[in-house]
Amino acid sequence: MTSTARERAAARGQPSPMVRTSVVFVGIAVLAAFAADIEITTADPWSEFGRMALGAVTPDFTATERLAEAVAMTVAFALLGVTVANICGFALALAFHVRAVRVGCAVVRAVHELFWALIFLQIFGLSPLTGILAIAIPYTGIIAKVYSEILEEADHAPLRIVPAGSSRISVFLFARLPEAWVHFKTYALYRLECGLRSSAVLGFVGLPTLGYHLDSAFRQGNYAEVSALLIVFYIIVATMRRWMHRRLLPVYLIGAILMMPGGVDISMANILRFLGSDIVPFPLRMAQSIDGATLAALGHWTAAMFTEEALPGIVNTLILTMIALVVSGIGALTMFPLISPKFFGKRQRIFGHAVLVIIRSTPEYILAYVFLQLWGPSMAPAIVALSLHNSAIIGHLIGRHTESMKIRADAPRGVNLYAYDILPRIYPQFLAFLFYRWEVILRETAILGILGIPTLGFYIDSAFADVRYDRALFLIIVTAALNIAVDTLSRRIRSRLRLKTTLDNG
Amino acid sequence: MVKKLFLIFALLLGNCATVQAQTLVFTAIPDQDESRLRSRFDKVAVYLSDTLGVKVRFVPVKSYAAAVTAFRNNQVQLAWFGGLSGVRARNLVAGSQAIAQGEADRHFVTYFIAHADAGLRADAAFPRGIAGKTFTFGSKGSTSGRLMPEYHVRRIFGAAPDKVFSRVGFSGDHSRTIALVQSGAYQLGAVNFKVWENELKAGKIDLKKVSVIWKTPPYPDYQWTIRGDLNRVFGAQFAKRVKAALLALRDPVLLASFPRQRFVSAANADYKPILEIGKSIGLID
Repeated sequence: MTSTARERAAARGQPSPMVRTSVVFVGIAVLAAFAADIEITTADPWSEFGRMALGAVTPDFTATERLAEAVAMTVAFALLGVTVANICGFALALAFHVRAVRVGCAVVRAVHELFWALIFLQIFGLSPLTGILAIAIPYTGIIAKVYSEILEEADHAPLRIVPAGSSRISVFLFARLPEAWVHFKTYALYRLECGLRSSAVLGFVGLPTLGYHLDSAFRQGNYAEVSALLIVFYIIVATMRRWMHRRLLPVYLIGAILMMPGGVDISMANILRFLGSDIVPFPLRMAQSIDGATLAALGHWTAAMFTEEALPGIVNTLILTMIALVVSGIGALTMFPLISPKFFGKRQRIFGHAVLVIIRSTPEYILAYVFLQLWGPSMAPAIVALSLHNSAIIGHLIGRHTESMKIRADAPRGVNLYAYDILPRIYPQFLAFLFYRWEVILRETAILGILGIPTLGFYIDSAFADVRYDRALFLIIVTAALNIAVDTLSRRIRSRLRLKTTLDNG
Repeated sequence: MVKKLFLIFALLLGNCATVQAQTLVFTAIPDQDESRLRSRFDKVAVYLSDTLGVKVRFVPVKSYAAAVTAFRNNQVQLAWFGGLSGVRARNLVAGSQAIAQGEADRHFVTYFIAHADAGLRADAAFPRGIAGKTFTFGSKGSTSGRLMPEYHVRRIFGAAPDKVFSRVGFSGDHSRTIALVQSGAYQLGAVNFKVWENELKAGKIDLKKVSVIWKTPPYPDYQWTIRGDLNRVFGAQFAKRVKAALLALRDPVLLASFPRQRFVSAANADYKPILEIGKSIGLID
């Protein structure tokens, strides 16, 4: 579909716009790598690493109390959150031409689910609402966007044969929806996998999912327990397509609702206090009246927040994001053949799928910690953790994409097939996925901030740890603005390169 | 679809609304042994319930801040806090009181630990040689892992830790601080002395790789804090009865969860030094 642009560029003897864009991004990543703190300070990581390795091969499934409950909760929060998000997201997708809806969706999806959870923890405490909303809200924003794109890109041919005078509702139901429905279904399943990951990760801040125990076991260095929990989680994700049947969904949903823990008091006073006082900037909260002195103090507060926390946070976040984006791209192009029928037989691909499930389902936070032990504290562990995780996701999507590709009977094999046939053909789709992931990678740097790499997430985590919600909210707004900027840029690039923008191939 | 959504929310809210108003809920900050936390603290709940004659329930939390928030929101009424988190909680909830502490908490100590390659030796005087090296605190909200070590670093060098050290990290947890310094990922760290001694006993520490180079002067740390508005719900003198129950606790199995030998009386005023240090280094507004 980009052949004309490519042909024009080729006629002028220039590389295609896609190649040029790739080169620019690699250049930015190299520059960022010079600015990044990626010093490796090894001392003797091997004893701790040995303990991790021993734990990995001797998983202890009995170490975790209430393991079954944690498994059920992980699935329940994911199902409820993703279901609510699908319903709301679908409704909003229909109204996506309204600017306010588009902006609103961009804002809610710009905030990582962990931060949503931290916000809701302040007002609802550890009630089920905290977990469900933390998943449902950002996912609604994402789903609304993706579904509206699917509707837009769906084949418009049926529209032309609709009888004149058909009502808008029938046109939608009979000409547009059937075309898009299959894409909705695939995407909803992909989202549910993401939801399972999010649900597990929310355990890190206290929800009773697998992440809760994973974090505890990891802190204590009980690596046999860690590996058991991770194996359980891989199995849930890997078997999802087997147990997730549409007809069983109502049963699962009712089960999930009944399982939600009760007994947590939701008090209006707490909600009002959070909104009306806690998140108001400190100088305003302390002021008796709004006068010159108050405004000066507020200006000082804002300036200090910006120069001391937001600015260094933005710089580190961008450096980390740009390097991780490019390394993820390289990683994805390396990994996708593992699951592609064009390169490997069925049995070998089972292994490939297992590797990719393991890499993409291991929370980046844990990957980063393992590398932190190996290489010492710098941005290097974060870069590798983020890149591995995202490589495996994009590699999975690309590998799936190659399944339906047709190759000529006389096509070359192995490396030649990869370099001269498959790679050029998947490259547009690959770039589309990668640019789509850009914003996601940016959002995920947040969780590595919690580990101590000074991204915006680090400062947000500190603000929550210090019970200073005014600062937390200020930084969350900065983060959201940065996300929206990157998202806009990514969309511009995708449309300039005429890349397909949807992610319906999961 | 919309109806389904509505139903889900109705059910959820209905589920949440079944609040047992007469239940005393307590929590404990998660910085010691977290394995089988629920089972161990559920036993403490049973003891309190039997002694006080009211329903008692334990809820686990993941962070110091989460414990403070739950206390402030009245989702827990009694909490085993650290020094700093207790001060923060009592600042936020008028009338709340520190009622009991462990004997060890009157003179708690932080150990500065160093990897052997850092070339530092144990000394009674503050080790000025730590400047310029890499350093990890524990959790950001910890008294022994953050507040006190940062205070002493600032006192000696007159500068923030990120100016004194070439790199500053927050391991998030005392056990991880030890693991990170033992592996040399960080050259130095600050750790709760009780966690250090427990891990030493458990054989997790190789003294050839990591050792204690300095001990801080003693300061007040962990304590039980109770909200001030419970007498209305649970009857007159309730806070006093809870205090008496804690001070009377002798079962070593229950005490091992904290881990303390026994509890002694405490008061808000005991933690004034922590409040002042918190303010002086900007951790409390």
